[in-house]
Amino acid sequence: MFGGNVLDTKRQYEVVFIADPAADDDEVQRLTENFKQLVTDQGGTINREEVMGRRPLAYEILHKTEGTFVLLEIEGSGSEIAELERRMRVNDRILRYLTVRVDEDRRRAEKFKTRRAAKAARKAKGAGAGNNQSQNFATEENYEA
Amino acid sequence: MSTSYEDRSRGYDGDEDLDRGRGMPGGRGGRRIHRRRVCRFCIEKVDLIDFKDVRLLQNYIPERGKILPRRISGNCATHQRMLAEAIKRARNIALLPYTTD
Repeated sequence: MFGGNVLDTKRQYEVVFIADPAADDDEVQRLTENFKQLVTDQGGTINREEVMGRRPLAYEILHKTEGTFVLLEIEGSGSEIAELERRMRVNDRILRYLTVRVDEDRRRAEKFKTRRAAKAARKAKGAGAGNNQSQNFATEENYEA
Repeated sequence: MSTSYEDRSRGYDGDEDLDRGRGMPGGRGGRRIHRRRVCRFCIEKVDLIDFKDVRLLQNYIPERGKILPRRISGNCATHQRMLAEAIKRARNIALLPYTTD
């Protein structure tokens, strides 16, 4: 993540949309490229693009039983996402979309991971410094888990 | 159903229910299904439950598509909340069903 104090800290979003199964791969690709262009024009960045492929839907959407899923990971402010969603809503080839903001969750996950690693490192040092009570060590770890 | 509330409370005490042959072995609110097991996510130290991970989420929605309660799945509160949110998102994007009939 960039510096956290600046007001325009980039937010990370995951956008998943379902394209009409009648659209062939080229059209889906063109659609994706359009959206990527739209985001980059407004100043966002695309971190990841993944075509999750054609999958059966868990329930019918607009009388369709399968669709092509595409995932876009976008970094930017909210305005790009608003514009993107507006385009997706208007487009007839997009059955559904879902935008999730992930930067805070990921930051929290990172914090837990680093905290756990630091704790484990401290434990290892403590155990190596002559603490022969291996039994206690094991139970402490279980409690932590 | 023929069971009144009094009968149900008696069922908690002893084996009278079994002797009388009244059915529904696990149906008394899971009295015997008491999972004291530790949260699976806590053991693996999972910090993020991705809503796109359908295979993981499918373990927690049995046939009808409902989300498994915490006392059955054995999750801790934090992870149960994360799991529920992920399942609801997956339902929204049609990766998981809302209900199966």
